[in-house]
Amino acid sequence: MKIAVCVKAVPDTETKVAIGADKKDIDRTGVRYIASPYDEFAIEEAIRLKEKLGGETVGFSLGGNEAVDVLRDALARGLDSAVHLKDDLFNNLDPLSTAKALAAAIADGGFDLILCGQQGVGGDNNQVPAILAELLKLPQATVVVKLEIDGPKFKAEREIEGAHEMVEGTLPAVISAQKGLNEPRYPSIKGVMAARRKEITTKDAAALGVKDAIESSKAKVRIVEFSLPPSRPQGKKIEGDAASQAKELVQLLRNEARVI
Amino acid sequence: MAQGILVFIEQRNGRIRKASLEALSEAIRKAKLVGGDVSAAILGDGVQALTAEIVKYNPAKIYCTESAELKEYATESYADVLSEIIKKADPRFVFAANTALSRDLIPRVATRFDAPCISDAVDISVNDNSLEVTKPIYSAKASGKFAFNNPISFVTLRPNVFAAEPASNGSQPVIENVAAPPLNVRAKVTETHAATGTKIELSEASIVVSGGRGIKGPENWGVLQNLCDVLGAALGASRAVVDAGWIDHQHQVGQTGKTVSPQLYIACGISGAMQHLAGMSSSKVIVAINKDADAPIFKLATYSVVGDVLEIVPKIAEEVKRINEN
Ligand SMILES: Cc1cc2nc3c(=O)[nH]c(=O)nc-3n(C[C@H](O)[C@H](O)[C@H](O)COP(=O)(O)OP(=O)(O)OC[C@H]3O[C@@H](n4cnc5c(N)ncnc54)[C@H](O)[C@@H]3O)c2cc1C
Ligand SMILES: Nc1ncnc2c1ncn2[C@@H]1O[C@H](COP(=O)(O)O)[C@@H](O)[C@H]1O
Repeated sequence: MKIAVCVKAVPDTETKVAIGADKKDIDRTGVRYIASPYDEFAIEEAIRLKEKLGGETVGFSLGGNEAVDVLRDALARGLDSAVHLKDDLFNNLDPLSTAKALAAAIADGGFDLILCGQQGVGGDNNQVPAILAELLKLPQATVVVKLEIDGPKFKAEREIEGAHEMVEGTLPAVISAQKGLNEPRYPSIKGVMAARRKEITTKDAAALGVKDAIESSKAKVRIVEFSLPPSRPQGKKIEGDAASQAKELVQLLRNEARVI
Repeated sequence: MAQGILVFIEQRNGRIRKASLEALSEAIRKAKLVGGDVSAAILGDGVQALTAEIVKYNPAKIYCTESAELKEYATESYADVLSEIIKKADPRFVFAANTALSRDLIPRVATRFDAPCISDAVDISVNDNSLEVTKPIYSAKASGKFAFNNPISFVTLRPNVFAAEPASNGSQPVIENVAAPPLNVRAKVTETHAATGTKIELSEASIVVSGGRGIKGPENWGVLQNLCDVLGAALGASRAVVDAGWIDHQHQVGQTGKTVSPQLYIACGISGAMQHLAGMSSSKVIVAINKDADAPIFKLATYSVVGDVLEIVPKIAEEVKRINEN
């Protein structure tokens, strides 16, 4: 079983977001990076599948130097090797272009399974796994909370609105991980030591053969500007004992806010 | 040249998603400004009967693909059929509601057209004869506005944000039946299990009542469910109580849960951690009930109630019930 895992380095979810000077990005000064939380489930699933079925696991991350730390951490948890997709052309990439680069890196690797997170927090796009599946011409199951591999087949439980759906399909396939898939482990000290000797290969757009394709798709969508959401107006405090608070609240919801 | 807007109308079990009709209404409002007609696409088994519902919103045309093979959603078959319809309609923009199904389908279809897609739009404006789309980023701590530069572009719209308005201009939409191409599906749905206790779908509910650690224990969900019942609300939860095993993850609101944008969000015993706010800060009216007057949730609240949830919530339910009965 050969497994690819796509990991995105994103600002720590506790980051206080400020807008950069050009308004085309957030202010990156002092930002601490982590693997997107859903990607941790993807990494963990890859390691567990290898423990059970044998094989090889390779992490892929497209991004700047922050991606190296995140890949190193994934290696410490147990991935075998990693590929860092790095190029100035890759700055602030849209999902289509990101997936083009990842697809080029993954395509000829003979992977049976490509694991992603269901969402890269920050961009909050929920797009790359499905695009990747289309580019690689593979079946997909997204937002997966349970995965079983049985020979050349997979069985996945997906989360949809108000229900869970069982999807059965053939490998190779792209699967995106949702919270609940597993409980990610922390890297052990032994793992951290071992990770130092594991290889991270760097590939740029030319090496991946995607320079033209990405220049073309990058031009298809443009950031007009980033902004902070408008602050909400000062609210109203409702005082008194529980009974009078309840009465006043219901009155305000009906007659002032008109929402009930 | 491509023009107009095609709207993908999602249905499940013979019911059209309200969020799809919101997307259709928004398309009609915007098409007036960017030019071209609005068409709708619906696919599935027994969907011919559903076109009457779409007609009320008055698109110029409805593309309909009826096939028993489309009874259950499968990414590949739906992608094949929708792509076929897009080729026929040749629109400049494709809209869909940002639902679980669309998140699975739309990026894949957009890729067949080598087209950009902006997901989870909360505002769409027209500038220079084209669309500009705003979406929350960084868990709603910021917004990004994006513009397209391509013959065809895709947008998915957040449910509950855009108004659904039936419209009529006296004309009758043309209904075009599109035959399904031969379908090759490598991954199919074999079973569906409705989640237990989910009465109203969170992301589409116009009122959400959520509980956090302040409700003290899972035995008290009944108190909140009772308020949900009188308000016709969906039940939400913080991650702390999901992690504690008090309720299924389906109910979680926030960065690693669902994003909701209801008319009214009532946070009961929730502190207001930024990861929770990420999932609900675009709610129109926010009520916070918390015994700690300094809880961060109060910074966002339209109405702040300092007190014990278990004492106040039943009184609110009684009051609503009393008024409803009069
Ligand atoms: C990567 C990451 C992702 C996360 N994703 C999410 C997410 O999607 N959703 C989410 O919700 N959280 C998420 N969290 C967790 C988040 O940081 C908080 O820990 C969580 O939201 C706290 O839940 P809570 O408000 O129920 O609990 P607490 O923070 O413990 O707050 C309980 C509140 O109840 C009040 N209270 C207690 N008793 C009463 C009473 N009798 N009456 C009234 N009020 C009372 C207290 O004053 C307190 O404010 C995430 C965290 C991380 C690190
Ligand atoms: N730059 C990237 N490098 C590696 N994987 C990525 C990257 N961007 C997105 N992904 C993968 O795609 C998933 C969904 O991301 P997104 O579509 O951006 O929400 C993530 O959880 C990752 O698994």
